[in-house]
Amino acid sequence: MGLITEIDYGTPKSDADKDVTLTIDGFSVTVPEGTSIMRAAMETGIQIPKLCATDMVDAFGSCRLCLVEIEGRNGTPSSCTTPVAPDMVVKTQTGKLKDIRRGVMELYISDHPLDCLTCAANGDCELQDMAGVVGLRDVRYGYDGENHVHARRAGDGAENFRWMKKDESNPYFTYDPSKCIVCSRCVRACEEVQGTFALTIEGRGFESRVSAGMHQPFIESECVSCGACVQACPTATLREKSVIEIGQPEHSVVTTCAYCGVGCSFKAEMRGDELVRMMPYKDGKANRGHSCVKGRFAWGYATHKDRILNPMVRDKITDPWREVSWEEAFSHVASEFRRIQYQYGKGAIGGITSSRCTNEETFLVQKLIRQGFGNNNVDTCARVCHSPTGYGLKTTFGTSAGTQDFDSVEHTDVALVIGANPTDGHPVFASRLKKRLRAGAKLIVIDPRRIDLVRQPHVEAAHHLPLRPGTNVAVLTALAHVIVTEGLFDEAFIRERCDWSEFEDFAAFAAEPQHSPEEVEKVSGVAADTIRAAARLYATGGNAAIYYGLGVTEHSQGSTTVMAIANLAMLTGNIGRPGVGVNPLRGQNNVQGACDMGSFPHELPGYRHMSDDATREVFEAVWNVALDPEPGLRIPNMLDAAVEGTFRGIYIQGEDILQSDPDTKHVAAGLAAMDCVVVHDLFLNETANYAHVFLPGSTFLEKDGTFTNAERRINRVRKVMAPKNGLADWEVTQRLAQAMGLDWAYTHPAQVMDEIALTTPSFAGVDYDLLEREGSVQWPCNDKAPTGTPVMHIGGFVRGKGKFIRTDYVATDEKSGPRFPLLLTTGRILSQYNVGAQTRRTDNVVWHSEDRLEIHPHDAEQRGLRDGDWVRIRSRAGETTLRALVTDRVAPGVVYTTFHHPDTQANVVTTEFSDWATNCPEYKVTAVQVSPSNGPSDWQVEYEEQARLARRIARPLEAAE
Amino acid sequence: MQQQGTQAPADVAGRTIAVIAATKGLEGPLLPILNGVQAEFGFVPQEALPVIADALNLSRAEVHGVVSFYHDYRREPAGRHVVKLCRAEACQSMDGDALAARLMDLLGIGFHETAADGSVTLEPVYCLGLCACAPAAMVDGQVIGRLDRDAVAAIAREVRS
Repeated sequence: MGLITEIDYGTPKSDADKDVTLTIDGFSVTVPEGTSIMRAAMETGIQIPKLCATDMVDAFGSCRLCLVEIEGRNGTPSSCTTPVAPDMVVKTQTGKLKDIRRGVMELYISDHPLDCLTCAANGDCELQDMAGVVGLRDVRYGYDGENHVHARRAGDGAENFRWMKKDESNPYFTYDPSKCIVCSRCVRACEEVQGTFALTIEGRGFESRVSAGMHQPFIESECVSCGACVQACPTATLREKSVIEIGQPEHSVVTTCAYCGVGCSFKAEMRGDELVRMMPYKDGKANRGHSCVKGRFAWGYATHKDRILNPMVRDKITDPWREVSWEEAFSHVASEFRRIQYQYGKGAIGGITSSRCTNEETFLVQKLIRQGFGNNNVDTCARVCHSPTGYGLKTTFGTSAGTQDFDSVEHTDVALVIGANPTDGHPVFASRLKKRLRAGAKLIVIDPRRIDLVRQPHVEAAHHLPLRPGTNVAVLTALAHVIVTEGLFDEAFIRERCDWSEFEDFAAFAAEPQHSPEEVEKVSGVAADTIRAAARLYATGGNAAIYYGLGVTEHSQGSTTVMAIANLAMLTGNIGRPGVGVNPLRGQNNVQGACDMGSFPHELPGYRHMSDDATREVFEAVWNVALDPEPGLRIPNMLDAAVEGTFRGIYIQGEDILQSDPDTKHVAAGLAAMDCVVVHDLFLNETANYAHVFLPGSTFLEKDGTFTNAERRINRVRKVMAPKNGLADWEVTQRLAQAMGLDWAYTHPAQVMDEIALTTPSFAGVDYDLLEREGSVQWPCNDKAPTGTPVMHIGGFVRGKGKFIRTDYVATDEKSGPRFPLLLTTGRILSQYNVGAQTRRTDNVVWHSEDRLEIHPHDAEQRGLRDGDWVRIRSRAGETTLRALVTDRVAPGVVYTTFHHPDTQANVVTTEFSDWATNCPEYKVTAVQVSPSNGPSDWQVEYEEQARLARRIARPLEAAE
Repeated sequence: MQQQGTQAPADVAGRTIAVIAATKGLEGPLLPILNGVQAEFGFVPQEALPVIADALNLSRAEVHGVVSFYHDYRREPAGRHVVKLCRAEACQSMDGDALAARLMDLLGIGFHETAADGSVTLEPVYCLGLCACAPAAMVDGQVIGRLDRDAVAAIAREVRS
């Protein structure tokens, strides 16, 4: 096990079909047309010296180190900017080239410090490497002249005005201008890879320096701290603070980020069992070598002092916690659960699987519940996010998942983003989308709020439809109305792939006058012309892809909206090939996987209904138990039953339902009514305030397994350090199962995956050997698709014929009125992740230390509110307080907040309304009133006090000597 | 640079928006806009950069990169007169160094500096295209060729008056 070093080919890969053959240093090479000489040479194993070239960005040709000689051509062209040509004869090493390169290096080094031994890049510095490669032995210019290296001038000791202090403002990396060779790799990475354009080269000639923003500290610039510049820097100029502090890593392990549903591959670079840094992995097919601030830098929570490492038990939630052995904890839970079942019936307990844990771990939790508890009371956080996606896409297309891989966006001509905020929620995908937009693709955004994607440097949406929260179905049906009535649908596609009579029925429905843009304008507030223009662009702009998020699903008509989206894709034939499709941007790292693994009360793994005898028989044979064909309880039903007294015990794996589920008071009441609440988590989360048993969890760095991302990609998670709590999460569940008398004996998660493959047809071909070989696979992976399925529904829909469904708009009962005149909607921010349990325990808080309420200046003025004022936000469910942020990003009548901080308690305000089909809560619409406030609400004060008491841990006093 | 006693210009954003409106339609509008802003304020105020960036949908960094690349864009107000003395090869070969020293002496300031009374700013320039009439200078936009000690003294007198 050493450090994984990926080959840097110097320039990006060419996608040309035609091949070109040339000769480099006497070797014949065949590469695609458009390949640079540098890359062609590297592919044969000849490494041409280089500094400003790296294969994540386009060739630049500024360092003059990669020069070559070409027979029949004058001069010494740079190999990075010169494309190959047929029969070209290239020499990469001649006397002339050696002299030039040495001369160039001499100039570089004449303005670079010679502190290699104490430099943070020592051992990982391309400048150092190149000095060695070209045989630099002397720098004739000396170091006394003009330079950027020393704070004081050599002769008179006067201040050197060219020298600039190190910028340490970013919490995760430093910028040391004295080490900069102005290769522009950071600037180009920020522009081409990340798409933020936060960096530039200021000045000219010898005065040229890298500048963040307008010569500002990084933290004050537009920088989003994705780390692409640090990754690109060939010297110590931009460097991770962790490397400065610890030193160079010595081995690395490829694993998968545990934040969002993009599922980026990283190299965890280690020194011993200490994590030095997370480096994006270029072979990762979701991220292609890119990262965001969370995955790249925000992993400090894994060793945060708040992390609980010992199991704890208490009799009442008002008692302090008592640390116990694992054995005691497991036997306590087992006896409590058995007691409850004996007293109150088999169905009186249940569990929640975690979308943050691995497939194998969630599989085991639902197995524990079905096999061990003997009921189907299992649910997962997808209940509150993408359950409508599963239902809607299963109904229309036949599978409960997105249709494309992320690479597909490179072939997209029109991207329709609805109810998603990719630059904050799915930043690495957003960077890939923005790259395509800069290359000319068009963008339509449907969102009540002016998200960053609507307009930011070099990206501008062709159309932004700022609809009123809750009117998604009306607007999407209006788009279908335009497509149908203007004849923009793809008749050949529909006749071939869909049921024509169902289409006719749908077309007649969509064409009804109440679905016209002019009528819909009245309910949605979106100008009819804009709706028409957007529909025309989507239908006729080439490959059109829909990307959507929780702004679609978390509504009372969430499932209907998903079906309306599917209708649009089928109408226009935008399904079944690269560049198109319907793509839910899944929230959690493994929410797709948790759903796949049967974390629903009505479904066994692979989305097969409990009532299906054949499926049950498969599991009954393997598990040696009779399964209940009746669906179990969903999370809200469990809580209702708890309040009624019929549901008394729950095992919650890695989820903070108190903070993330709607109507906090109801959740609290449900939990408080139970006899045995078992929380299995890294931290004493908010739910743990109501728990009787706490089982410490392990981080993604401490276990083996797989995560499945938003593109159905099964990525390996690899253990890079021993679990600090002693047991990986799958071992905790197994030990609990054993304590309850089950004969589980897994010794590695690979065996769990084998059981998944054995029982679940869409995973039939998956095993760890395959993942090792392929890196990752996208399900379905079976005999028909032995290496997985990047794009689904090619040539036909999984369910047979695509199904059009009438999508009647039914206004939510949650309406604004005189008492609650504003509509509250919620969302996320780049630097924080969901309830913030992890990111709040990292330096990411420098970007977002509190939740704020965004309110339009008009609404703010009416209420006498100024930016930064404390405001009270009240719905019919409850009230909370937070500070206002006055901005025109939200429309008048709409307010918006994030939910990353527990003291904000945004879900005290949200209501019990939910999706008609799946109970997914209506987070995105709550009628509220906002008024000035001078401090926290009564609930916040009481809650704070309760939380403080509930978090006490009793520790035996040390006896005095 | 020396601090001027001058007040910060009023309504930078509004006046910058007006300049942008007049030139935005041009192809490659950033340089014309910056020229217009410099004409409007006598220099390119820092507060104008975010306004320009927003109007052209560029990042602030990009606009800063362009402004800092061109020496002609002034970052502070200049004196009432601007003297640009050519420092390129032809003028240097025609005794330009001595004339430069003489002019600095007479004005009491160095290159890139503005007199304390705000009367004049002295700047080097690299070729005015008047090599045949070297050494050359430009005073408030007017080029002057075949400079000698007297001509330099006359320039100093004029800008100091």
